[in-house]
Amino acid sequence: MSQRSKTAVRRTLRAFAFELVIYAALVTGYFFAVLHFLGGWLVQLETQHIRVYAVVAILLILGQAVVLEAVTTGLMRLLRGGRSE
Amino acid sequence: MFFPISHTHVSPIYLVVVGFLIGVLGGFFGVGGSFIAGPALRLVGVDWNFAVGTDLAHIVGKSVVAAKRHRALGNVDLRLGLIMALGTIGGAEVGAQLIEVFKRAGNVNFVVSVVSIVIYLGISSFMLWESWKTLARSKRSTARKSKTPAGKSDDSAFQHVTKAIQRWRIPPMISLPVSGVTISLWIILLVAFVGGLCSGFLGGGAGYIRMPSMVYVLGIPTHLAVGTDLFEIIISASYGTFTHAIKGNVDILIALVMNTGAAVGAQLGAISTQYFAGPKIRLAFVPLPLIGAAIVIYTMFSGHKL
Repeated sequence: MSQRSKTAVRRTLRAFAFELVIYAALVTGYFFAVLHFLGGWLVQLETQHIRVYAVVAILLILGQAVVLEAVTTGLMRLLRGGRSE
Repeated sequence: MFFPISHTHVSPIYLVVVGFLIGVLGGFFGVGGSFIAGPALRLVGVDWNFAVGTDLAHIVGKSVVAAKRHRALGNVDLRLGLIMALGTIGGAEVGAQLIEVFKRAGNVNFVVSVVSIVIYLGISSFMLWESWKTLARSKRSTARKSKTPAGKSDDSAFQHVTKAIQRWRIPPMISLPVSGVTISLWIILLVAFVGGLCSGFLGGGAGYIRMPSMVYVLGIPTHLAVGTDLFEIIISASYGTFTHAIKGNVDILIALVMNTGAAVGAQLGAISTQYFAGPKIRLAFVPLPLIGAAIVIYTMFSGHKL
């Protein structure tokens, strides 16, 4: 491996590690804030209105995926100086 | 952390790590990763019905992230994905009905185990043979010709069969400019139906059969097959999540936690595909169905349900 590609790999790994730290902090906050408040409501929906629960479950997972994708892409851009890959 | 819907205590760190690993596999190979996620959830005490349903919900989220990344890289054929979703849903329904037939006959576990072992071993052996042969051939031709960049290059030792299938002119013919292929609608639907059948009969997203069949039967370049498969999985796994959720088999809180790890893993996996040529991705795919086969063989002979 050439010196230039070694430096590039090292820079990418460092950015990735930094990204993971920021991401872990965000995710921890997310667990305790959002899931804590949603938990009771979702259990109630699951036991009383199963069809509504099914729709809400899909919407939640789709919504979370879109938001997380935007967050991770944003973090990558931020840490790698405008490049997302 | 206590998850009240499935009444289980699971460490969120464990879920995030499992989600991350499956995310990497999904982003790189275009598979749902249910053959790992299901047993991983069982391992920490999640009931089997919740493991299956929750895994499907998690697959939806992970596939959204990976498919968006693949779309940004130009690896998604939306037209093909939408057509395939129709065949997949039909196949999944037939697969689920077949399960009911074998359940009534009282031999569902044995039949599903044997069929899955045969399919997993068959796919692995075929892909090992094909990608090995293709890589050897391209090495010879690279030695003869000038150097060509690896990037998204694609070639297949099975190409002559794929070309012959593409020549079947059964109307209506569908043009797929993104994939560079014109093929009969019925062949696309048949491939999707078989994938759906495996998904309904054997469980999971069945990316282990759909991705290879898109490459070998439809002639879709590997990178596009991976991205399009993920897009198609969003639709079929959403449908599966809904049907499982109304049967009370989905703990969405577990799926949401797993998805936080999968979001990073899926991006990493998707980005990695651009550094590997098609045959190398296919060769690296070979161990995945083998892991699935090993798990089924273990459960068959030990009596444990992982």
